[in-house]
Amino acid sequence: MTHLKSREAILFGAILGLLLVVATRFPGFVAPENLIAVFTDTSPLIVLAMGQMAVILTRCIDLSVAANLALTGMVCAMINVAAPDLPVGVILTVALAMGAMLGAINGILVWKLSIPPIVVTLGTMTIFRGIIFLLTEGKWINAHEMSPQFTGFPRADLLGMPVLGWIAVLVSAVMLLAMARTTLGRSIYAVGGNPHAAVYTGIDVGKTQFAAFVISGMLAGLTGYLWVARYSVAYVDIAGGFELDVVAACVIGGVSIAGGAGTVVGTLLGALFLGVVKNALPVVDISPFWQLAISGAAIIIAVAFNAQSGRTKGRVILKSAEHAQ
Amino acid sequence: MSLTDNAPRHIPDRLRSPLQDRLVSWESLLLAVAIAIFIVNSLASPYFLNAWNLSDATFNFTEKAMIAFAMALLIISGEIDLSVAAIIALASTAMGVAMEMGAGTPVLVLVGLGTGLLCGAFNGALVTKLGLPSIVVTIGTMSLFRGISYIILGDGAFRGYPSSFSWFGQGYVFWVISVEFVIFLVLAVIFGVVLHKTNFGRMVYATGNNATGALFSGVRVDRVKMILFLLTGLMSGLAAICLTSRLGSTRPSIASGMELEVVTMVVLGGVNILGGSGSIPGVVIAAFVMGLVTFGLGLLNVPGIVMSIFIGLLLIGVIALPRLWTMWRKRAG
Repeated sequence: MTHLKSREAILFGAILGLLLVVATRFPGFVAPENLIAVFTDTSPLIVLAMGQMAVILTRCIDLSVAANLALTGMVCAMINVAAPDLPVGVILTVALAMGAMLGAINGILVWKLSIPPIVVTLGTMTIFRGIIFLLTEGKWINAHEMSPQFTGFPRADLLGMPVLGWIAVLVSAVMLLAMARTTLGRSIYAVGGNPHAAVYTGIDVGKTQFAAFVISGMLAGLTGYLWVARYSVAYVDIAGGFELDVVAACVIGGVSIAGGAGTVVGTLLGALFLGVVKNALPVVDISPFWQLAISGAAIIIAVAFNAQSGRTKGRVILKSAEHAQ
Repeated sequence: MSLTDNAPRHIPDRLRSPLQDRLVSWESLLLAVAIAIFIVNSLASPYFLNAWNLSDATFNFTEKAMIAFAMALLIISGEIDLSVAAIIALASTAMGVAMEMGAGTPVLVLVGLGTGLLCGAFNGALVTKLGLPSIVVTIGTMSLFRGISYIILGDGAFRGYPSSFSWFGQGYVFWVISVEFVIFLVLAVIFGVVLHKTNFGRMVYATGNNATGALFSGVRVDRVKMILFLLTGLMSGLAAICLTSRLGSTRPSIASGMELEVVTMVVLGGVNILGGSGSIPGVVIAAFVMGLVTFGLGLLNVPGIVMSIFIGLLLIGVIALPRLWTMWRKRAG
């Protein structure tokens, strides 16, 4: 019974309901091929949201993910232009390493200098985007300059689903295991749940936050290559503003912005919810201009809902003190 | 967030003299930076020291600074509003709709300010009545408000504002002193007095330092926060009037990304992002610093996106350097 009432179950129900409503008018939308296409289209959001979840769980926030994605993607594209024959494996390694490095910059500033994460990542967000401009002078790298193997990798079909989709499945599975079964995963929850208690149990709070930023950066770097290869274009503004979608996916998925609470499954469902909405709008003939307002409303409803269900029932001795905390 | 609040407080034997305090304060450090930037700029470009050019430069920061004053109070009280740029978009769109319906300048101004107030009230109600974290609420309303603009305008634009409306963004009060600059100065004084000289200002600090303590001392914490959200909305509405009047048109993408520059300005001005401390003079100097950097680099033909690197480095640098300095001193001593 508790399972039925859980946040994940309600969100899953909402997604199913959404699919049903669309399906009554356009049955083609719920055909397996189309569902796979929707999932693949949502994959970059899923991968980024997994990293963001780890960061938010430690009471931080990473607003630089989209800029990291764009910078790493651009560097991958430039490497491909310079050395078209380089195998995809090398590019993937570069993307992961570079993303992790950019994440480590955020992490170091938060860990060693204890600068508030929102300030650090606001700063690095603009710096990363600026560096892309310095590297390229604003030029684009287009499809014809990239090698076929570079652009083909995320689109390659594997058992009926593009590699991009499988990567989202793989990342989600690894995160599911890591958050539940590794010391780092449990530390991440502990740090967010109660930093003081975490210190007394021997967990280095700063180091754990640093690790979360590295994970987030690494996944952003990976998505950078996949994004550039999938759309076959790289320029300064790719994925502009996408960091907010990523935070939105986490919040809708029930990750508490105050840290310590949130699940991999919830985050996955949060990302899928946004993905289904985005893909369903054009099908039911609603202008894509509605998407922004809908995801905004979804965030507000989700966070209001989370707050209602998560409120601890204590004894209220001063009625008006209830909200102040 | 950090564990420093657990560490024992360092209490000096003797308090520093007020003069000494003032010399090493954040504001004087910023002022030194501003003067240095001013000197470097006037050496680097022969066009810098020109009254009209400098007057033009003020437009780089006046609209942002109007919001930054209210945002400073909001951040000091422990909340944040990331939806300010989206409020500008919605207020500007509302003014465009009113203009299409034949409204004159006074009505347009009322519509702009009213939309700002409504948006502020919406944010404030969600934060104070439902007890939701403001950062998430305003990330949500940021999409919602701008989304409504997109729904109304799509890829279109409103043009043809009445000529008297252009006074706000393009008018001059006296010689090179623009209307916007005068509004900026007047607001700086008003917000400075409110924060530093009134009971309400003390309540804002108290709320940000210890909301529960403030509540038990008789401060109506929720009401203070609600007023600050309303104020931030109102200022965003005012900025929307100025910006729309200056550009002469409304697009749904208007002022996109401005919330980050406003927050940068506030943090650069020495306001603690975690709440509890900060000053209006700091924000005023920070506005000048950002305006001068953008303008100086612009004269040197540095593209806008490269300027944003400087702003980003400035934001991290001004917080990191003093901390590195204390760490280095601790290690040395």
